[in-house]
Amino acid sequence: MSAIICTDLCKYYQQGDSVIKGLDHVNLEIAAGSFICLSGPSGSGKTTLLNAIGGLDRLDSGQISINGERVDLLGKAALADLRLHSIGFVFQAYNLIPVLSARENVEFVMQVQGVSATKRRQRSMKILQEVGLEGMEDRRPAQLSGGQQQRVAVARAIVSQPKLVLADEPTANLDSKSMEKLMTHFRELNQVHQVTFMIATHDQRVMNWAERRIYMVDGQVTRDEMQDP
Amino acid sequence: MKMPLSGMTRLAWRNLWRNYRRTLIMLLAIALGVWAMIFMTALMRGMVDDMVSQGVAALPGHVQVHAASYRDDPSITHSMPAPGQRLLEALESELVSAWATRIKVPAMISSEYENRGVLLLGVEPGDEIALGFDPDDIVEGRFLDSSEDSGIVIGEKLAQRLETRLGKRVAVMSQDPDNNIADRGFRVTGIFHAELENTEESVVYAGRDVVQAMLGVGSDISEVAVLGHDYREPGPLTEHIRAAVPDDFEVLPWPELDPYLGSMLKVMDGFVLVWMVVVFLALSFGLVNTLMMAVFERIREIGLMRALGMRPAVIVYQILMESLMLLALGLLAGNVLAVGTIVPLKDGIDVSVVAKGMEMMGASSVLFPVLSPADLVMANSVVIVLGIVTSLLPAWRAAQYQPVEALGRI
Repeated sequence: MSAIICTDLCKYYQQGDSVIKGLDHVNLEIAAGSFICLSGPSGSGKTTLLNAIGGLDRLDSGQISINGERVDLLGKAALADLRLHSIGFVFQAYNLIPVLSARENVEFVMQVQGVSATKRRQRSMKILQEVGLEGMEDRRPAQLSGGQQQRVAVARAIVSQPKLVLADEPTANLDSKSMEKLMTHFRELNQVHQVTFMIATHDQRVMNWAERRIYMVDGQVTRDEMQDP
Repeated sequence: MKMPLSGMTRLAWRNLWRNYRRTLIMLLAIALGVWAMIFMTALMRGMVDDMVSQGVAALPGHVQVHAASYRDDPSITHSMPAPGQRLLEALESELVSAWATRIKVPAMISSEYENRGVLLLGVEPGDEIALGFDPDDIVEGRFLDSSEDSGIVIGEKLAQRLETRLGKRVAVMSQDPDNNIADRGFRVTGIFHAELENTEESVVYAGRDVVQAMLGVGSDISEVAVLGHDYREPGPLTEHIRAAVPDDFEVLPWPELDPYLGSMLKVMDGFVLVWMVVVFLALSFGLVNTLMMAVFERIREIGLMRALGMRPAVIVYQILMESLMLLALGLLAGNVLAVGTIVPLKDGIDVSVVAKGMEMMGASSVLFPVLSPADLVMANSVVIVLGIVTSLLPAWRAAQYQPVEALGRI
């Protein structure tokens, strides 16, 4: 069964007199539990596709269904609920809340979900340990390096075990060892808990972890191939 | 909304202090605004209380009983009999703190040089003092000894106008019930000072029995003046007295006896509210600006919260929470400042430099600020309610951003 079905997605941006094609008639079917990498040059539409699937951006035309639910038809509150309970985001810029500590940032989504304080603390401490930030739980983002902030953002995205993780360059600021550790964790979540991963990346090492690679150029899918991770 | 209050409170509190200089300036503005509301209201309330007290003292009493037609023609022809048994019993009630029977007629007073129209009060001195006349206001001579005292007590201003003085004789002329001239000579036994110059010039006191004899009315009187315990609540006292007199007697509370004074209280309440709203409107520009700046600085962060699943309504709550905290802190400081400046002034503020103007309004030259709990509640309510309403705009703006658009902002 397909987890995500994208039908004829179009998203255009006006820039002066010219029109930029963010997504140009994109059609995709993504099965539940997939581990997919999106690649392509800058401006090829990877981030736009992730934003559209996550309901962060409105399409000009086309349809997106996640587990049978039409994302493109949902209202603001319903979209917020979908993102809260089903989707984990890792953004290109770390996007942490500066007035909250690393642990509080990780707990934020669970807090909005209404998870009890005890459970939140247990889960956040565990995940921070797993991403190698033990002892840094009480530091604010400004007191963390770029790589450490990226790991907090990843921890926040996966701590509540969403059905779908949309990650935009999640390893951009990580060294090889941290990258390996993170991808191993992603893969484990994917295989054990059937979490679907869509990762936009330029990093060939990350692409090697994927079981399916989708190449995009100028808002179009130019290649879509399976591989052995 | 599942986000717990503690989480929202913590986030709001920390956001408030991200730019502590701006927050402190805004807190100072709110505190000063609240202080101005409460302090000025206390002064105005004090002034109106004084005007009403002076007015009630001049009437005097909180409730008066007259013959039905007396107020249309306040002459001796509309006098009434002295209180009967039922009224006397009613006047012994706990609702009554003092009462007096009086003769009150228009009269002409003449010295050897001048004459003036005055209000001649025939009083029982002991009852009159219980009703509010202060013997210390006698600046020369003495007050009347009894209702049979043959002297007359006049005001300082009237003495000047008549070019008379203590010990001199004056003639008082009025009409008896048959519309004949009734007159009598009095020796000036006392000269009194009043807060209001008009009172000094237009009121004279003589013994009640002497005036009754002069007018030939036997034991009849013009009015029964009754003092209660709280001038703001004359209703129960009025009903109590009304139940004890025949239907053809008129029993009226002071706001009806002096509608100008009565309306002062209502006008004052309206004015206080208008004043508070005006001060708040000045404040609201700063408040909206502060919150707008706080929102614009955090558009990206608000976009992130939306992206992570925070509903637009929760974003609104979040911004309102910050506003509420700012308002609450400002209110706390403003209230402390107001109480701290009003309490030391409880002995009064000397405004004698503008005594003439104060007198024109019927107030005295010492202003006693009145800190009313109701005014405190109203000032705080105005700030909280209008503050929240004012904050809705930035909060609504924050909730309207598309996550991807907000995340793209730097």
